[in-house]
Amino acid sequence: MKTIKTCVTALISALLVFSPVAYADKWSDQFPHIKTTGDIPGECSYESMSKKDYSGKTLKINTHAVPVMGEPTALHAEQFAKLTGAKVDVTHTPAGDLYAKAMVPFQAGQAPYDIVFGFSNFINDWRRYLEPVPKKYVEMKQMQDVTPSHIGVASWDGVMYQFPVDGDRHYLKYRKDVIDNPEYQKKYKADTGKELRVPQTWKEYGEMAAYFNDWDWDGDGEKEYGSAEVMKKDDLMYAAFYSRSAAYSKNPKTPGGFFFDLETMTPLINNPGFVEALTDWVAATKYVPPGGINFGLGDEIGSFGGGQTLFSFSWDDAFVAAMQPDSPINNKVGAAQLPGAMKVWNRKSNSWDEGFNQAPFFVWGWAVGVAKKSKEKEMAFDYLCFFANEANHQADIGIGRFGVNPFRNDDFKAEVWTQIGWDKDIAESYVDTLAKMEESKNRVFPLRVPGTFEFNAALATAAAKALAGQLSPQAALDEAAKQWNDILNRVGKDNVRKAYSVGVAMEDNKL
Amino acid sequence: MNFKHKFVFLFPGLFVLIGILIFPIIFTIRLSLSGWNSYTPEMNFIGITNYIRLFTDDPRFWESFFRLSFLSVTTVILQYVIGFALALMVWREIKFKRFFRVIFLIPMMTTPVIMTVIWRTFFHESLGPVNDLLGNIGIKPILWLSDPVIAKFTVIIVEVWQWTPFMFLLLLAGLLSLPKEPFLAAAIDGASPFRKFVYVTFPLMAPISIGAIIIRLIEASKIMDTVFVLTSGGPGTATETSSFYIYIKGLREFQMGYAATLSFTYLVIMIISLTIIAKVLTKLMIKE
Repeated sequence: MKTIKTCVTALISALLVFSPVAYADKWSDQFPHIKTTGDIPGECSYESMSKKDYSGKTLKINTHAVPVMGEPTALHAEQFAKLTGAKVDVTHTPAGDLYAKAMVPFQAGQAPYDIVFGFSNFINDWRRYLEPVPKKYVEMKQMQDVTPSHIGVASWDGVMYQFPVDGDRHYLKYRKDVIDNPEYQKKYKADTGKELRVPQTWKEYGEMAAYFNDWDWDGDGEKEYGSAEVMKKDDLMYAAFYSRSAAYSKNPKTPGGFFFDLETMTPLINNPGFVEALTDWVAATKYVPPGGINFGLGDEIGSFGGGQTLFSFSWDDAFVAAMQPDSPINNKVGAAQLPGAMKVWNRKSNSWDEGFNQAPFFVWGWAVGVAKKSKEKEMAFDYLCFFANEANHQADIGIGRFGVNPFRNDDFKAEVWTQIGWDKDIAESYVDTLAKMEESKNRVFPLRVPGTFEFNAALATAAAKALAGQLSPQAALDEAAKQWNDILNRVGKDNVRKAYSVGVAMEDNKL
Repeated sequence: MNFKHKFVFLFPGLFVLIGILIFPIIFTIRLSLSGWNSYTPEMNFIGITNYIRLFTDDPRFWESFFRLSFLSVTTVILQYVIGFALALMVWREIKFKRFFRVIFLIPMMTTPVIMTVIWRTFFHESLGPVNDLLGNIGIKPILWLSDPVIAKFTVIIVEVWQWTPFMFLLLLAGLLSLPKEPFLAAAIDGASPFRKFVYVTFPLMAPISIGAIIIRLIEASKIMDTVFVLTSGGPGTATETSSFYIYIKGLREFQMGYAATLSFTYLVIMIISLTIIAKVLTKLMIKE
């Protein structure tokens, strides 16, 4: 009898202990995408979704082109359809057209798409056409783990309009096998008299990139180059420029605006800080790969991820791509905060403040919302909740081309990354970089004001003219500032000020 | 038959004309007088504010227009010269005439966007085969898409490749329809091939040439897909054309009212300039 009791107890214990794994096996067999973790119990897990029945209903989604964000959208749509019986139509749209593709029907009072993907800085223009995320989703367990800065990103005046699926920031990526290489350190010192280390300033970045440009420094028989950057005008290059400008222009001693002076609404983008950054950037055209001046985000990911350059800075994608098992530079890369500067412009004293300054740029990134006019709101929110469930999220963040990046507290644990094959020290440097950015008190957040697209486009066009040699950095930024003033007059200074004050409060650590 | 009955038969055509031509133009004019954009999505009335902005404060539009003029005139001249040469070649009795006729038409049958993607890959400065081949013979990489001047010529190369077959087709059809007698008379007079071309073929082909050139100029002035895919108007704004700029203002920056102003102004300019060009070409090429 005792033996039977023992056996039964052991059996029950085994069932209890292994029951989550049993779930995991069941769902990961059908959906290999989550093979590492299996299904993770939650309100929007595979198990929970399988109990919903949306047969006979159609969900229409407009998302980005494949692969960045487009591929996970399509993949999770297929999974969602299998689990719930819904029909899911996914439309893929180039990045530059995402805004208009949603805005045209929004303004016409139509809803050809239930779900629209875009960038989080569209929130001010889009929010009046989006359904706020219902309370039951906001209070879900998976939402509680989202970092406060990303909850802030998805919300406006305390109302969440965008369902968090991604968390973006710009940081530095570098070739660890070069920067940490003692032979190269010695050679660099001998040739330049300077130390080869993770660049602390944009000037150091430029010097090292120029030194390691146009020669075969990794012995693969091909030439390598200094840096891969997003320099193509219509492909988010404005974000790259803000990243380079932050260290020179975000002065912790002068709160009250990075893009505008909040009091006067004078554009600040042509002050000496921004001009210095653009001057550096023009110099960078000499150490990017041939054709690098036309690199969009995809090119940048491919170039650095493919081992072509020493440095890169932008979103996580290039770093994660470089760390994938099939990458030629797997476990040979490092992450660090964006370089700083040894001086920062003080707009109050109208002079440079000497001393080291660093300012992380939170680019935020992909955002997604449900159209207010959608007739399938519940299904739409269920889809988004399923997209971002814990199992999908953990699988997605490990695939560079997906463009899904950390935005949950759990993502900032090194184990998440070591379990997908990253070396421990790289995983630690990566999560440490991200965590330090979250902790920084000198952050820059992107512009989220009415007419954001116009402001960024004007800036990008001016910067592109400088990169192409059509205008000097000062002339280009003066032109952009003039256009910003024109846009301000059209949109209304007070409208822009009201919206901008939310971002400024975040930058000034008041929210 | 009642005289009024004939109007009944005209109505369907008239409705179609109003629906697809008159209404969009009137709507565009009305939209151009509004400030419709992303933050004021309404057909308000702001008078000629957009037109004042265009004529006093938008050098980028005019730069893009002059750039477009350069690109379209250059590409059409090249297409005409090459297309005429090819048409003359296969007009004669040569071996594999039919084969060449088909080969010369292939570029026109391909989808412009797809072909431009392929051209962009060819011209990719670090990964493309063109610079690779040049490197093999000791020539340094050429900045096909990154140099503001060279990028314009890259756009011209792609446009000429894509649309020369259209010119070839029209001119070959023209050549095949020419009467034989003038050529026989020239042969009897002992005219050289050059004189035959200058005094017989070219004048006889003038009306067709003018038609072909005008058709291609109209098409070339709408150049958009090649620029969009190949350079996105860059580097800087070096290859930005009017239609691409209007697209940016309308569908990227969502300044619908202002984009309508640009579109309508552009339409008026094109109508006037193409009418003048047609008159000038007729005067130059057709001798009374």
